[in-house]
Amino acid sequence: MSAVFDVLNLKKAFSGLTVTNDVSLSMAPGDRVALIGPNGAGKTTFVNLVTGNLRPDSGEVRLNGETVTKIDAIGRVQRGLVRSFQVTRLFQEMTPAEHVALAVLQRDGRAGKMFGNFLSMPDVMDEASVLLAKLGLHDLMHRKVSEIAYGQQRLLEIAMALALKPKVLLLDEPAAGVPQSDTGRIEQALADLPADLAVLMIEHDMDLVFRFAKRVIVLAAGTIIFDGSPADVTKDAAVREAYLGSYANASHAA
Amino acid sequence: MNHETVTKTARQNRTIGRDLIGIGAIIAVAAIGYLLFPDNLALLTRIIAIALLVLSLDLVTGYCGVATLGHAALFGSGAYAAGIAAAHFGITNPLLMTLAGILGGAIAGLICGVIILRAHGLPQLVLSISLIYLFHEFANKASSWTGGSDGLSGISPDPLFGVYEFDLWGQTAYVFGVFLLLAVFVLLRFLVRSPFGMLCRGIKEDPLRIMAMGASPKIALIKMYVISGAVAGVGGALNAISTQVVGLDSLSFTQSAESLVMLVLGGTGSLFGALTGTVIFMLFEDYVSAANPFHWLTMVGALLISVVLFAPKGLYGTAAGFIGRRMEKRK
Repeated sequence: MSAVFDVLNLKKAFSGLTVTNDVSLSMAPGDRVALIGPNGAGKTTFVNLVTGNLRPDSGEVRLNGETVTKIDAIGRVQRGLVRSFQVTRLFQEMTPAEHVALAVLQRDGRAGKMFGNFLSMPDVMDEASVLLAKLGLHDLMHRKVSEIAYGQQRLLEIAMALALKPKVLLLDEPAAGVPQSDTGRIEQALADLPADLAVLMIEHDMDLVFRFAKRVIVLAAGTIIFDGSPADVTKDAAVREAYLGSYANASHAA
Repeated sequence: MNHETVTKTARQNRTIGRDLIGIGAIIAVAAIGYLLFPDNLALLTRIIAIALLVLSLDLVTGYCGVATLGHAALFGSGAYAAGIAAAHFGITNPLLMTLAGILGGAIAGLICGVIILRAHGLPQLVLSISLIYLFHEFANKASSWTGGSDGLSGISPDPLFGVYEFDLWGQTAYVFGVFLLLAVFVLLRFLVRSPFGMLCRGIKEDPLRIMAMGASPKIALIKMYVISGAVAGVGGALNAISTQVVGLDSLSFTQSAESLVMLVLGGTGSLFGALTGTVIFMLFEDYVSAANPFHWLTMVGALLISVVLFAPKGLYGTAAGFIGRRMEKRK
């Protein structure tokens, strides 16, 4: 299958310090890829370069074959590249139904409508309640976000991303900060993601990575040092070096 | 009917209920005002004009989180547009004058929005202050059009619908004002709960999140500024029609700051809060300035400090929150 998402020789330096060094990767629809790496490996910078929040010094990002390197973050979302956030960024005073409805309306170019209430738009309400039901949030859809549990807020983040009908989904630590008792729900939600969606997940929790990903990419010091199957990643000498190195430093510091 | 439909209908009924309560409250307060102050309808009409300015400010500050101390620029532009239409172009039909006010306010809103929204936080506030001084100075210098510091006079609106004259008693102006306010209120109630209103509330809380949904906060905010300008323009036009003069004070920093104070007093982010704040502030100001002409500003200051300290969500916001909690408990 042809690639839906390509990164070609991406480079970025901050005042002389190279943070992303010649990173290339390609993803096809349906891919489940995990991006891992020790702290300071440049994962966040890489995500920001891909989403358009940062300009690369050189290199290209392509979505569905179209070069989007010069297109801003909003334009990339409209072309199907959607991200979730590591720390939930939800609107505290709004309900889950409002969040998802807003995403659906925005996707359809109707978020600028100045009359009518989404509660009386059956198509929007139906889509929102189906999506929220899939993630187990149906009973909470008219509660304020500030009143629902953190694990459910993380699920709502995923629901919002899905409401935009992305082609490529970047999940930034979807299970971060979620209590152990709720991670099952998140894993289920990840397993249920649409089959043709290309997903790139950044995650620290290796158990989750192994269960979710068909392919693992390891980033260290701004470079990809491993790109292969989850089964091979732990055997790889370079990966061990990168992680052990950082652990060794960490224990020194401690 | 399943659970979801029940909650949905309940929510819809609640919002429609609140619309009707709002309309009823405006009519009731307007009628009480008319009965209590039959000789001072000019003050009441002025309150309505300022209420439209405060509503307009609430749209950008309360609903979108834009900090501005220059919002009278929109109000004053509406007033001058209506006044100039009448004094220089002979457009003396009050409805057409109102339309001119809407247009003038909307254009001023577009200009202010494009400039103010380039910055955030403190620089944004400074830009808004600079703008109101520029507008003020421009109106002052363009005296052949605006009358400069003498004010723009020679505005004599036709009778409304050819029947009701804008006379010295001010009844026509007052009733006209009440109808304008009702119309604006109803339209704004639609606006704030439309998808666009929801988008703006999202922008206020987290513009980056809105961008991650593929929407441009800037375009939405500029649209809101134009709408806000139109609303302030209605207020300005009403002021021009009712007083038949437009002064530089309608384009002043003081007027801008006072409208922000009224909004905070009532409670930001709610149309009812904007209305409550305006009515209470202006009546209080009128009352204490007559009761104690030497120390009335001290009293206004004391009122504001106590509201900010003890009712930080504003008078309406705090009261609504209190009642809401009581009702929740009873359930």
